[in-house]
Amino acid sequence: MAGFDWIVPVILTMITAATPLVFAGIGELITEKSGVLNLGVEGMMLVGAVTGFITATVTGNYFLAVLAAAFAGSVMAFLFGVLTLSLMANQVATGLALTLFGVGLSALMGQEFVGMPVDPLDKLYISGLTDIPYIGPIIFGQDGLVYLSFAVVAAVSWFLYKTKAGLILRAVGDSHDAAHSIGYSVIGIRYLAVMFGGAMSGIGGAYLSLAYTPMWAENMTAGRGWIALALIVFATWKPGLVLIGAYMFGGITILQLHAQAAGLDVPSQVLSMLPYVATVLVLVLISKDQSRIRKHAPACIGKIFHPAA
Amino acid sequence: MLLKIEKRSESSRVMVYMTPIIALVLTVLCSTVLFTLLGVSPVEALNTFFIQPLDSRYDLSELFVKATPLMLIAIGLSVGFKANVWNIGAEGQLTMGAIVGSSLFIYFHDIDSVFLLPAMILLGAIGGAAWAAIPAFLKTRFNANEILTSLMLVYVAILFLSVLVHGPWRDPDGFNFPESRTFSDSADMPILVAGTRMHFGTLLALLAVLGTWIMMAKTLVGFQIKVIGSAPTAGGYAGFSQKKIIWFTLLFGGALAGVAGLSEVAGPIDQIIPTISPGYGFTAIIVAFLGRLHPVGIFFASLLMALTYLGGETAQISLGLPVAVTGVFQGMVLFFLLASDVLVNYRFRLNIGRKAVS
Amino acid sequence: MTLKSIPSLLGAVAVAGSMLMGATAMAEDKIGFVYVGPVGDHGWTYRHDLGRQAVQNELGDKVKTTFVESVKEGPDSERVIRQMAADGHKLIFTTSFGFMNPTLKVAKQFPDVKFEHATGYKRADNVSAYSARFYEGRYVVGKIVGNMTKSNVIGYIGSFPIPEVVRGINALTLAAKSVNPDIKVKVAWVSTWYDPGKEADAAKALIDQGADVILQHTDSPAPLQVAEERGVWAVGQASDMSRFAPKAQLTAIIDDWDGYYVARTKAALDGSWKSEDTWGGFNTGMVDLAPYNKAIPADLIALAEKTRNGIEDGSILPFAGPFNKQDGSVGAKDGEALDDGTLLGMNWYVEGVEGELPK
Repeated sequence: MAGFDWIVPVILTMITAATPLVFAGIGELITEKSGVLNLGVEGMMLVGAVTGFITATVTGNYFLAVLAAAFAGSVMAFLFGVLTLSLMANQVATGLALTLFGVGLSALMGQEFVGMPVDPLDKLYISGLTDIPYIGPIIFGQDGLVYLSFAVVAAVSWFLYKTKAGLILRAVGDSHDAAHSIGYSVIGIRYLAVMFGGAMSGIGGAYLSLAYTPMWAENMTAGRGWIALALIVFATWKPGLVLIGAYMFGGITILQLHAQAAGLDVPSQVLSMLPYVATVLVLVLISKDQSRIRKHAPACIGKIFHPAA
Repeated sequence: MLLKIEKRSESSRVMVYMTPIIALVLTVLCSTVLFTLLGVSPVEALNTFFIQPLDSRYDLSELFVKATPLMLIAIGLSVGFKANVWNIGAEGQLTMGAIVGSSLFIYFHDIDSVFLLPAMILLGAIGGAAWAAIPAFLKTRFNANEILTSLMLVYVAILFLSVLVHGPWRDPDGFNFPESRTFSDSADMPILVAGTRMHFGTLLALLAVLGTWIMMAKTLVGFQIKVIGSAPTAGGYAGFSQKKIIWFTLLFGGALAGVAGLSEVAGPIDQIIPTISPGYGFTAIIVAFLGRLHPVGIFFASLLMALTYLGGETAQISLGLPVAVTGVFQGMVLFFLLASDVLVNYRFRLNIGRKAVS
Repeated sequence: MTLKSIPSLLGAVAVAGSMLMGATAMAEDKIGFVYVGPVGDHGWTYRHDLGRQAVQNELGDKVKTTFVESVKEGPDSERVIRQMAADGHKLIFTTSFGFMNPTLKVAKQFPDVKFEHATGYKRADNVSAYSARFYEGRYVVGKIVGNMTKSNVIGYIGSFPIPEVVRGINALTLAAKSVNPDIKVKVAWVSTWYDPGKEADAAKALIDQGADVILQHTDSPAPLQVAEERGVWAVGQASDMSRFAPKAQLTAIIDDWDGYYVARTKAALDGSWKSEDTWGGFNTGMVDLAPYNKAIPADLIALAEKTRNGIEDGSILPFAGPFNKQDGSVGAKDGEALDDGTLLGMNWYVEGVEGELPK
């Protein structure tokens, strides 16, 4: 069936386009579930991207590179935590400032590394399995970070809904005063959540600089951090939907490019608007139903907590 | 914890004035390290960032040109922020204001009338307000979070601008380049000080600051906003409608952002181009908080923010520092300012030899 | 530190600063560059900055070059240009189309300062306009890729449908069709000059649609990386990008501003500078090709070189008729060639390009 041959390549391209969004989205989801809104995703991704790239170029060790990217992202997030959690600065303003800072810092760090190629992250190849037509390359032919992104989503999903720690995290995000009065350390839990978010953003950035387009160039995230923020709303704060949403957000761009290449007349700007309009619509749909929004959206998001005692 | 943060029973008046100074001192200390690491004399660098951009009358006027959109937007947003209405989509409202406002000129560019510009300003305000009305409607009708809806609408507005400027709004004599015809004299913002770029928009910004101050301090609306912001339930008992406040604050912020957009395109830009604003709508959020949501604070915060941009350009020209340093430096200044604000409402206390009472 | 000492500290900073400023003012002439992107973009701005470095190396201590990067097209650019002019720069290069009107505004206020604006169409007594005929490079490339393609499908990644980009697509198509009438050119518009990820996605989409040669009018080397991985051909943009695609890069169309910048700076220094309109191609060195890939057969390289020489000496005009527009109407008649005015405003495809040009 020649008519369906395009599906496999489209899916393969979608996976690459979606993976950085999955990482950044799932990290920010945990951050937001704890009741914190960190708008600095773009900045954290960039710092992760450059740190990962530098580590890979200098050491040649990609495992270390991803680790370093995660660490760099969480250091950025820690900074955000100090300001918003300990010093109670406004989260929206601090997040925006963090992005300003991250864009500059990553450019400064990467100055010597512009225009350097690096080998892309290895892809899995299992003789026999990867060669299966259609599903082989999709399921058995990805790089390690793609598999990791699925594992992280599964782990986060399990953590949030099946573990006590996950319950506590959600409680902190839904009612910090109540969680505090039971005796949980709201600030401590939020620090962990924020830093997890940073680490995931860092890995998402490293996916760009090591696998998606293996190079470093200033501002190479090109707004993906902001898309990740939209994605979480679109996913109504559910980990599984973050995954699906990331593939849809990535997919729209890919399909649009394919349609153009096939000679179909599509106004690209109008199509580019679609994900954002769709997010607004989803938000309206879930918000309309009070019980649903209460179930998934963290009630304390963006609110400052100070123990009254 | 050794160090404990305690809420003050009332905000510290001293700290209101002290914290900017503390932040300044911290910035000077930290940037000394940063600039030394970069191999630049810290004294020279700080001079370039903060003093040099102010050393002539023209430079001062440029400071106001850069600060004008920030001031207009931040003052508009601050009213909403006080009422806990989180409009972070001012960038989109700015864009729509610019589009709707200048549509009058684009379609009737032959008009030579003293009423053209006022009508454009009015339409700019309407365009911004209309774009902000969407999150207001979705919030009041469907309870959709305005942080997220207003943010999403930013991208829609910017893409819409892109459609216009790459398509129907192109200058017919412009070789199909993506920009509109340049505005005629009657569509241009009048210049306030001859020989500079300081335009009528700056006056509008100052009026907005003053007007908002009066509104917040003296009028019933201002009172309602403050009450709803600090204690929504109490506001409810007093018979204030939260929905009305949401509508009012979003439209107010949107209108001012729209005016900011229009005054950019009819002022220093003088035409419609693909990027009207280098992120003023987002930067203004930082400005609003730096100014602690108070008109006077916002006035100074927008000037300070503008100064760091101007300083960054000067640092590139005279010191050869890359633009990345400006980002890091700005981030640092903002972090310190935002962080030190904690001292206004809280105090630190050392817990030595004393059991925490809780 | 006490409160009192802060004003005095600030005073000290100011005094020390102004002394330093005084000390650095020397006899050398200052040459300024205003960039739209970061010098680290490895594309458009990167090439202009190499030009700046060439000026600095060539003229040594006679000049001091300065630059401001990532300047937004809008009010900021006018301020930066003006600041450079007021700061005693002798010659200022503004290197993005969107800086055109700001450059002209500032030039009016500083008649003694000389300005050079890239890729625009307006001039003044002290403002030159310069641009490069990159389409010449694409025409030569077209002769190569028309022969190299097996699928007869060429993929082209476009940024925005402005004349500059459309010209490149058309030149490539005309050349490729002249050696291979079956050629089809597929275009994917990414609505950005620079987004490595999206450029890579577009390259993949085009390859999946049958293209086995990828060209781009965007800034990052990402499409070449994709071509290398997928085993198709690609043509580098702005710089030699063979480091990113040693096997896949056939050649690259290089922006080379070095010669022009050095010549104009020298002219400004010795007083011979005049406002000019330069639209330079191969003959001025502004457009160049990277070394050919070893996989290109010798006869093709000979054809390419012949074409290049023909363009250089004027015997070959890329937009010479006869050819048709995409809609079948006549683009240029036999024996005619399009003039520069038509090229400057080109907003239609030639026959052989697929899809509709976005309006």
